[in-house]
Amino acid sequence: MEHQEHIIERYERAWIFFGLAMITVFIILVGYLMLTKGNTNPVGVGRIDATKVRTEGEFANPRVEQVGNEYVAYVQAFAFGYLPSEMRFKVGRKVTFYVTSPDVQHSFHVHHTNINVQVIPGEIAKVSYTFTKPGEYPIICNEYCGIGHANMISKLIVEP
Amino acid sequence: MAVKTLFNYDAYASAPEKKYALYMMMLGFAALALGTFFGPFQAMNYGGLDLYPLLKPVFQNYYQGLTLHGVLNAIVFTQLFAQTIMVYLPARELGLRPNMTLAWVSFWMALGGLLLAAVPLLLNEASVLYTFYAPLKAHWAFYLGAAIFVLSSYVSIYLVLEMWARWRRANPGKITPLATFMAVTFWLMWFLASLGLVVEALFLIAWSFGLVAGVDPLLMRTLFWYTGHPIVYFWLLPAYTLAYVTLPKLAGGKLVSDPLARLVFILFLLFSVPVGFHHQFADPGIAPYWKMIHTILTMMVAVPSLITAFTIAASLEIAGRANGGKGLLGWIGVLPWNNPTVLAFLLGFLAFIPGGAGGIVNASFNLNQNVHNTVWIPGHFHLQVGTLVTMAAMGTAFWLIPHLTGKPLVARGMAVASQWLWFLGMFIMTFALHWMGFLYAIPRRAHISGSPIAMEAYKESAAWMVLNIVSGVILFIAALLFFYVIFATALQNRREPVKVLAEVPFTEVMSKPEGSGLAQLTERVWFWFGIAVVLVVLAYGPVLFQMFTNMNPVPGQRLW
Repeated sequence: MEHQEHIIERYERAWIFFGLAMITVFIILVGYLMLTKGNTNPVGVGRIDATKVRTEGEFANPRVEQVGNEYVAYVQAFAFGYLPSEMRFKVGRKVTFYVTSPDVQHSFHVHHTNINVQVIPGEIAKVSYTFTKPGEYPIICNEYCGIGHANMISKLIVEP
Repeated sequence: MAVKTLFNYDAYASAPEKKYALYMMMLGFAALALGTFFGPFQAMNYGGLDLYPLLKPVFQNYYQGLTLHGVLNAIVFTQLFAQTIMVYLPARELGLRPNMTLAWVSFWMALGGLLLAAVPLLLNEASVLYTFYAPLKAHWAFYLGAAIFVLSSYVSIYLVLEMWARWRRANPGKITPLATFMAVTFWLMWFLASLGLVVEALFLIAWSFGLVAGVDPLLMRTLFWYTGHPIVYFWLLPAYTLAYVTLPKLAGGKLVSDPLARLVFILFLLFSVPVGFHHQFADPGIAPYWKMIHTILTMMVAVPSLITAFTIAASLEIAGRANGGKGLLGWIGVLPWNNPTVLAFLLGFLAFIPGGAGGIVNASFNLNQNVHNTVWIPGHFHLQVGTLVTMAAMGTAFWLIPHLTGKPLVARGMAVASQWLWFLGMFIMTFALHWMGFLYAIPRRAHISGSPIAMEAYKESAAWMVLNIVSGVILFIAALLFFYVIFATALQNRREPVKVLAEVPFTEVMSKPEGSGLAQLTERVWFWFGIAVVLVVLAYGPVLFQMFTNMNPVPGQRLW
């Protein structure tokens, strides 16, 4: 029994070392990838009065603007849809989305991309992305926002 | 009159804590039975089959059912099971009786809070899901009832700390027995972890009574997830405790290392709480470097689970070899698979392996972007809380109800079948949900079967949806078998104390705590609690300070 205990302890140490090494590798990989390719993480760029989103400021006029070679989009995620209701971009150009909500929480998840934004009333989220393939990209609300939540699907179109 | 005397015979006169444990646990299973009833409806929804119209006019919509499913299973059942196991085990191990008056206070608080919250839930006045994200606004009775329910756990904290203090006065210098050590660290972790929810509840109650016009949705989310991630360890650690202190014995073996088990619980005390931002990777308003810090801390909390995997597997191997198992894997087949308790743990841990791997994906800042709020997430936690935690509770009920009541387990074959079916159903369902979330970006918590737009958008995943229907049927049968077994056992009139476990099956250990430096180190529980507080202050302090001093209130909405 003594002998068995020592064998188990040896394996135990090796396993804990393996576990810590694995975790360390994961942390380094996550950090490296976020620094080099992590630019789709949404950042907060300011706050807003949620009750005035529809009437005042940039979001009262939801739109896509072309600024030089890039696009800027002001997007309202509301119960239960998105404004502008259709967005078009040329492939290969950087798009910067500003997203907020006039009512409750929603999300702005663009399928086939890493864009996945929690849309919180009172907060303005910013996320940038360059579409490299033309086509239709579904926009999906993945945060429960009320009875019409499942219908809250839109799309954006990337033209060649 | 003789009949009346017989009727009044109190089987618990000599052990009132058994009656407390029984009531607490059966209330939990009653909540689980109602919550689980909605599970197959949810599975059918993700199979494109809308069965909710069948429930009208009693239940109004999918989101009401989903709220009941989440609240009853994940908040109510789990807490009541913790209040059973993590009070009863230390009481038995120390040979002490908890303060029975306060034990019943905790029971009545839990029941009262539950009934108060149940009224708006059942009337569709609180269909805000179990995350109750502001500014969706529920009826005040929901917030107040939930707060009273959660505060009943503070009484349990006191019960255990008081027993521990009594034991230490009588046994100066001795190392705390293992199950008690686990219960103490567990309750201290929960105290620290629950503070976010308690503060959030104060805001929500004031808001729902109309005392304040709005609440800050980002602050509410942050307070929710401050508690919302460690709460998963609040669910998990009673299962781990049972796996450490009872499973090796039930399987015919010994626990390989007592000091390592203590280290595991200290690591959970340290790293359970300062990790909540990994639920908020997609949130604006929290700087990326804070999210990265929480990524690192979340990865750290995988370590105690990795150690647990080793220790439990090694203990089971010893059991298998003692049963005559030979060769590299021969010990697995000879484990007592026909014992429904052991079976439940074995299958639960099997599901926990892919569940843990998926958890590492969720915790990875970059990978999370692909799965955040898709059905991948419910796929993940149905492997963890839906399989291991629930199966540990179900498996334990198979010996604990007979032990508490003196009533032997009925329909043992059905008990075994319920566990195989539960495991199979969960495995199929979670497999499908993971892929539907990852490949097709199908959102969680969405009534897709009631939305032609959604069914059109997600039609490519039809093959995976079929698996959800299959799993819903299997899980429904598993639940029927399980609830029949436990309620038939508890409600029968037959008491046969010779046929039940007279004592809690506390396991023997190979490496003992006496003389172990590690056990001496972990025994300084209050020191480690202090470190845990410091970690929380460092990981949350600046962000919470900034949020509290810059609130941006938003008025409430009812959109269901």
